Amino acid sequence: MDLNDEGSHFELKEIQTLSGHTDRVWSLAWNPATGTDDTQPVIASCSGDKTVRIWERSALTRSWDCKAVLEETHTRTVRSCTWSPSGKLLATASFDATTAIWENVGGDFQCVSTLEGHENEVKSVSWNASESLLATCSRDKTVWIWEVMPGNEFECASVLQGHTQDVKMVKWHPTMDILFSCSYDNTIKVVWAEDDTGDWHCIQTIGESSNGHSSTVWAISFNAEGNKMVTCSDDLTLKVWEADIEGMRSGDDQVLWKHISTLTGYHDRTIFSVHWSREGIIASGAADDAIRFFVESKDSAVVGPSYRLLLKKEKAHDMDVNVVQWSPGENRVLASASDDGTIKIWELATNST
Amino acid sequence: MTLGLINANPIVHAKKERVARCEDSHCYFVRDIRDPEHPYSLEQLSVLSEESISVDDKLGRILITFTPTIQHCSMATVIGLCLRVKLQECFPPHYKVDIKVSPGSHADEEAVNKQLNDKERIAAALENPNLRQLVDECLYSNEL
Repeated sequence: MDLNDEGSHFELKEIQTLSGHTDRVWSLAWNPATGTDDTQPVIASCSGDKTVRIWERSALTRSWDCKAVLEETHTRTVRSCTWSPSGKLLATASFDATTAIWENVGGDFQCVSTLEGHENEVKSVSWNASESLLATCSRDKTVWIWEVMPGNEFECASVLQGHTQDVKMVKWHPTMDILFSCSYDNTIKVVWAEDDTGDWHCIQTIGESSNGHSSTVWAISFNAEGNKMVTCSDDLTLKVWEADIEGMRSGDDQVLWKHISTLTGYHDRTIFSVHWSREGIIASGAADDAIRFFVESKDSAVVGPSYRLLLKKEKAHDMDVNVVQWSPGENRVLASASDDGTIKIWELATNST
Repeated sequence: MTLGLINANPIVHAKKERVARCEDSHCYFVRDIRDPEHPYSLEQLSVLSEESISVDDKLGRILITFTPTIQHCSMATVIGLCLRVKLQECFPPHYKVDIKVSPGSHADEEAVNKQLNDKERIAAALENPNLRQLVDECLYSNEL
């Protein structure tokens, strides 16, 4: 396969630039229920202009158009957006301290619920795999877990106060109800509840002493199997972690995530986003306007997994890259968004030379 | 705003004679930023000087260091915000700005530098109307 062939040459082809937001674009999310055989891909993006935009690729022209602008709901920057696994709901987190839940009602997006409680800016929101739980995090240092009830009702199940600073991102494990959060306090926390007790507590804190980051951790992403995760930081490194997935599945709360690799020397400015593709390619978006790709390296001289740089796309945007997200539907298609106010759709292709 | 001033008696220096240097003209704009607590410019309070700013036009990077008047200055983050907003006005948007307190000039140097350069925190702070008003007063005050 070409990823293992170190002689293969890759290039990142720009498919289209999506313009429309009038301020920096902080984040985006591909609708997981779209982009397959009979549905056109859909992306939600959110911005400092206080709006969320929904983009869809036309079946006819293959060109992306803005289908909706969700405005007049959030009163400040919308920092992050994420679709529920079924693609039916969209959650948006804002500096106005609320999280809004939107539903597509006959092509029209309506705000069906507003989650309040955080004391200040909400930074991130994440749905668990079964759509029964939602997590949010904030500069107020807390992580909230919400239960999804019938009729678009949300009930706060837990308020976690472990982090000592601004919490930047929350992410549920792709298959299990284990919640991960990363923070300005340089740590990553792992949280779970035993069975259905609803007693959510922190089972691991990954700090500097466990080979953790030495500055703000901005994002977390899991591989397809869910036994590895990659984190990115203001300390200019990416770190890869591994855990015994079978142990986790059998309910062992003593299972720990262990450091397996640090990718250092590749970035010279803050890395804001990282995303692991189904195929195993790690994409990173950084404050030097570049997008980088890494894959596992089959280097027999090194004991244990190591990673190599597959490609660096300089000047992917005119300003900081805030987010990179692989398409769930199409192979090697990536979306990125930037302080320059644009979203770009890319294809990672091999040079046929 | 706090009721008591953080540093009630700063040392004030005379305004320096300006030598007209066209290529450095953008540097002068930041020196006239008014201190958040006193009717003097950051230059007059020796918070900023010519050496404080280095610009790499090729890479599009700016590094600015400033010296708070006292070691425990809690206005450091406000000064940092003012500098950032002013620089955004003077330079094209793609320029990257790093702001630090000069080494040894603040008791919580590392913590202050981290906050001064967290893009998300800066964006949120500038959306805070009270903070924004304070920044605007420092930048646009015509008391000088």
